[in-house]
Amino acid sequence: MDNIKNRIYNFASENKVVILFVLLCIGGIYASGSPLTFVASELFTRIGRNGFMVLALLIPVLAGMGLNFGITVGAIAAQIAVFWVVYWGFEGITGFLLCLLMATPIAIFFGFLVGKLFNKMKGAEMIAGMVLGYFSEGLYLLFFLFIIGGVIPVYNDRLIITGGVGVKNTIDLAGNIKYSLDTVPMLTIIEILFFIIVISTIIKIVFNKVKETGLSFKKDLIILGVGAIVYALSFIPSIEAFLSTDRLLLLHAVIIGLVALVLMQIWYIIKNRFILKDMDYSMKKPIALIVLAAILYGLTYIKAIEEILLYVNLPVTTYLCIVALCMFNSMIIRTRIGQNMRTVGQSRVVANSAGIDVDKTRIIAMIISTVLACWGQLIYLQNIGTFSTYGAHTQVSLFAIASLLVGGASVQKATNKQAIIGVILFHTLFIVAPQAGKEIFNNAQLGEYFRVFIAYGVIAVSLAMHAWKTNIRPIDDTKKPARLKGQKA
Amino acid sequence: MEIEYLLNMDNISKEYYGNRVLKNVSLQVKPGEIHALMGENGAGKSTLMNILFGMPVIHSTGGYEGVVKINGEKVLIDDPHKAMDYGIGMVHQEFMLIPGFTITENIKVGREICKPTLLSHIFGRDLEKLDIEQMRKDAKKALSNIGLDINEYVKVAGLPIGYMQFVEIAREIDKTGIKLLVFDEPTAVLTESEADRLLEIMKIISSKGIAIIFITHRLDEVMAAADSITILRDGEFVARKEIKDTSAMDIAQLMVGRKVEKLVDNEKMENIRNLRDDDLALTLRDFYVNMPGEMVKGINLDIRKGEIFGIGGLAGQGKIGIPNGIMGLYETEGTANAFGKDLELDKLGNALDNGIAFVSEDRRGVGLLLDETIEQNIVFSAMQAKDEFLINFAGLKLYDKKRAREHALKMIELLDIRCTGPSQTAGSLSGGNQQKVCLARALTLNPKILIVSEPTRGIDIGAKKLVLEYLVQLNRQEGLTIIVVSSELVELRSICDRIAIVSDGKLATILEPDAADVEFGLAMAGSKKDGDKND
Amino acid sequence: MTDKLKNMYASIGLPRLIITCFFLIMLLMAPPLGLSITSLLGDSIRRWAMYGLLVLAMVPAVKCGIGLNFGISLGIVGGLFGATAVIELGITNPWLAMLAAMLIGLFVGSLLGIGYGLLLNKVKGSEMTVSTYVGFSVIAFMNMIWLTLPFKDGNLIWPIGQQGMRNTISLEGSFGLVLNNFLDFNIGDLHIPTGLILFFLLTCFAVFIFMKSKAGIAMSAAGANPTFSKASGINVDKMRVLGTAISTALAAVGIITYAQSYGFLQLYNAPLMMGFHSVAAVLIGGASLKDAKISHVIIGTFLFQGILTVALPVVNKILPEGNLSDVIRIIISNGIILYALSKTKGGSK
Repeated sequence: MDNIKNRIYNFASENKVVILFVLLCIGGIYASGSPLTFVASELFTRIGRNGFMVLALLIPVLAGMGLNFGITVGAIAAQIAVFWVVYWGFEGITGFLLCLLMATPIAIFFGFLVGKLFNKMKGAEMIAGMVLGYFSEGLYLLFFLFIIGGVIPVYNDRLIITGGVGVKNTIDLAGNIKYSLDTVPMLTIIEILFFIIVISTIIKIVFNKVKETGLSFKKDLIILGVGAIVYALSFIPSIEAFLSTDRLLLLHAVIIGLVALVLMQIWYIIKNRFILKDMDYSMKKPIALIVLAAILYGLTYIKAIEEILLYVNLPVTTYLCIVALCMFNSMIIRTRIGQNMRTVGQSRVVANSAGIDVDKTRIIAMIISTVLACWGQLIYLQNIGTFSTYGAHTQVSLFAIASLLVGGASVQKATNKQAIIGVILFHTLFIVAPQAGKEIFNNAQLGEYFRVFIAYGVIAVSLAMHAWKTNIRPIDDTKKPARLKGQKA
Repeated sequence: MEIEYLLNMDNISKEYYGNRVLKNVSLQVKPGEIHALMGENGAGKSTLMNILFGMPVIHSTGGYEGVVKINGEKVLIDDPHKAMDYGIGMVHQEFMLIPGFTITENIKVGREICKPTLLSHIFGRDLEKLDIEQMRKDAKKALSNIGLDINEYVKVAGLPIGYMQFVEIAREIDKTGIKLLVFDEPTAVLTESEADRLLEIMKIISSKGIAIIFITHRLDEVMAAADSITILRDGEFVARKEIKDTSAMDIAQLMVGRKVEKLVDNEKMENIRNLRDDDLALTLRDFYVNMPGEMVKGINLDIRKGEIFGIGGLAGQGKIGIPNGIMGLYETEGTANAFGKDLELDKLGNALDNGIAFVSEDRRGVGLLLDETIEQNIVFSAMQAKDEFLINFAGLKLYDKKRAREHALKMIELLDIRCTGPSQTAGSLSGGNQQKVCLARALTLNPKILIVSEPTRGIDIGAKKLVLEYLVQLNRQEGLTIIVVSSELVELRSICDRIAIVSDGKLATILEPDAADVEFGLAMAGSKKDGDKND
Repeated sequence: MTDKLKNMYASIGLPRLIITCFFLIMLLMAPPLGLSITSLLGDSIRRWAMYGLLVLAMVPAVKCGIGLNFGISLGIVGGLFGATAVIELGITNPWLAMLAAMLIGLFVGSLLGIGYGLLLNKVKGSEMTVSTYVGFSVIAFMNMIWLTLPFKDGNLIWPIGQQGMRNTISLEGSFGLVLNNFLDFNIGDLHIPTGLILFFLLTCFAVFIFMKSKAGIAMSAAGANPTFSKASGINVDKMRVLGTAISTALAAVGIITYAQSYGFLQLYNAPLMMGFHSVAAVLIGGASLKDAKISHVIIGTFLFQGILTVALPVVNKILPEGNLSDVIRIIISNGIILYALSKTKGGSK
């Protein structure tokens, strides 16, 4: 009994931030009186729009550089590319890919510079990142207001302020790259994935032959086979019709997810019990998960939930990008560079004495984060559809970092799960706050101010808690006189 | 026949900015032996090890003279990585471990085993996948090699301190081709049983053919574990002996032994003092101080009114903690009583109010405001603690520049502080003059007890003599009770009436300044049987 | 000789050199473009004294060891509250109104400052990181307060809806320009707001005197070397709270001085970045994260505000489009802070 009590207590104290915000969200939704379908569809749009950016924050946390307030720089790299691509008149997914192609090298270069700068101020990365964000904004303004048109001749009435110098306040992306990524049909994705698998298998086989590693490529061939079967299936007309859309009904997504979960658990059981013959393997967890999946499936028949599930459409490609980034984040931890980042993050002294190039590792972490932030901003812009030239990047770090922290992350530890939970909670609050403010205080503005306050406040509290903890620790460790005295007696 | 040495350091000399810290020192270690390296603080042990490991501090200051040979071959180690390549490893005194990592991860840090992946073929080794299974196996092997039975997948954070040390050792053992391991004061942080365990592990390692250099100041441990010993003193080679041919007394004698030259001729000074055992200035009872690196673990002392009392011992043994605890700078337990009145140790400034002044060992860190003027530094404590050098102006207590200046000039003359004037900044003075400024500030408080910690650290020999002479003069003429805390036995033996030796945070013994060298040596090396006798 | 020059260069630093040169170039470019140097100078002087107190607030903060105080927003909202309260109370005598506003500001500011100082004692070593976001949060929190304070005066609240204060509140009927117009005079078209300048210099002098008092000296020592101060029996934490409170209180008075010269109170997000500007100004004057003097405040504010006032019309003459002055402000202020940060936290391993 005590055990359960303790576990509940531990769970609550470990997740107090999340619990607080869950309550706040529920209260907000209730107070706002908004229909759940509206909140849900808004929410899923916003997850697609902002999730990537929040996930871009994880790697610097891993490398001990704290919350990367410098992601603004990545956003700026994206915006530079978007401007030129729009100016050159490219459209659709071509335009989007061109943005990607152009923005990535810029982001790599910027990330390198930021990394260099942060290496000069180890331990003060966060404050440096904040100031750097504002500083780079200044340079960005200089570039967009005066260099473009002033130094670089640009003639385009739609983009340039009348008079020929400086870019207009907003650039309409409708008709060029708006929804360019969101509208990529599933069929295309399956095709692309298939070709990636084919190419990578070939590369692998070639490498194994050339280097004579002698590794068998049986596994690769199996993957290739499965890929081919899936690809072949997509030619069946009914499946093809289903896949040729770019949106996925949330209900379908949930069912696909649950089926995948069940299949995976069954595979685990078969693999451990019957292939590896590991009789110690506990079946408790997979069976519990399968039961859970069944219950969740049952839940979809509840009227209110079904209504939401049938109302919300997911942009498949964008969500796949987010899933891919989650996988990337968890995969990089299991590589040599990831382990080096963890080591550097935990102790630069140890890393140094173990022969790890601390400065280089930190620069790589910053480059990755900046590039991801850049891609995140591209996804954001193509989804939102209007590019506010001088405003799109200003709040990027504030909202992304606040989201991450709301999910229960801290300066030292942040996971995919926390990022996703954070995005959901923070944006639910964002959606319902104005309406709730209006309903409760008869003042929508109050709700808007409240959500901004939450963003700033959660960061302030988190930074203070972090500094507080690092201050307290050495004192606790050295509480020795009393202990020594006890020993003597 | 010549003996085959694994490591041979011949006639090593090293100079730091014209200051010779090593003079023709030699060190030989045979394969598979435990070789102890002993000497007081500043004897040159760490410099010698820095040379062995090719630390940047050596090579950025002009390298060294002499020859280092490994397996009879002359080598030049100018980079720590080279030392690693030659199979030399170090077990650090401060653990180089990451608490949040598992034991396996800590053992394999920087040397992870990886499997190639598709991406690593294209982008290089950085993207190889960690082979956790293999790393675990290696870690398990290294742990069992030193006879340790713990799970390699637990986190280091919760382990007892002793185990952390063992993990460090396991990491060194795991490195391929390790031939020589240096243990830098490994038992300093361990409990007694953990230390015994460590000595056993050292023996296991050496039995596998790995040589060990064992740096320590604990004689008992040397006698128990080492095969041979090299003793250094003041940067010079004293002796290399086989343990079976020597004794603890011998070693103690060799460590301390030197011609005792009186730095100060205090016999000549008029001595009108009347020291009585029942007329006490300061008493410590069951005194504990929580000063990191200088823990005091229960000390009783009686310091007589009007005497110069010395506190000696090796660095890190707790002697520095005593004055810092009395001044309330660190958390304390137990009682300190000055002239019959118990000090409120948790109240800052209470010692000052009770007439105790302190000159800190950390002159630049604690002793001075480096960017302020000499004048400010001299009057600061008196102004803050006793409201001197202030004038009242509309309810505000303002700095009285005129009186402060007068007083500073007086002090500069009295102590012969060499400066351009009282408005020179303290940071731009030489070490000796800085020390005099610290002394001047303490004296401005008109103390009844003056505690001086490391009075001559980092100052030249001329200034050294002046400072010590002035202390004696103060004592004889003003009857001031003085407590001198110092690592330098010579200086304690020159001016003190009695000298307490502190070892492992406890009082080892109290000796007369003219006691035999071997007594000082044994007390400082924490030899237990001797400590008991004096208790 | 070259050594001397090098030393001078090292003590001035590259960014300050660039900024000074930039200022002089701008000033020299003014007459050929048909701008009057005297009126530009007059403007610079007014803005110098107007911003001065907010920058002065950095001195006690740096001296007591909390570093550059990005959190002066706490004081600023205290001052704004004082000013709005005075209007609500209907005090119309300008001098009385200003005095009352300052007193309320001082009180609220020091109260907030004490709490803020206690918080900063818990986060030693990361004061600046924490204070930046504490500053932002306070502004965001006050946004909600401004919207809901039950003030009724027609000058304060939006005419529609009868709820919530306006973004900009005119001080015409209250203490607007009361200091500026005290004993002011003109030399040609160079306007000297004597009262404002006197008030700024007097406050500087008061801070100077305080720094020479027992408490002031103890506070500086606590900031410069905490262990040294402890050894002399000084309660370092208390001194840090004292410094923070004084800094915050100065900011409260500072925003009132600023508002009376500007003629308007600006609520909501207007003061969001004022902390950054004050920090930048004192850094331009020669301060560092460890040391700030009153001379740094006087020089730095003049240079920083001077550039902004002179650059705006000069640049507008050359490049009529856009608002380059704002861009310059952002680049200079954040650039100098970044420079100062990189100077102190040098590449430790």
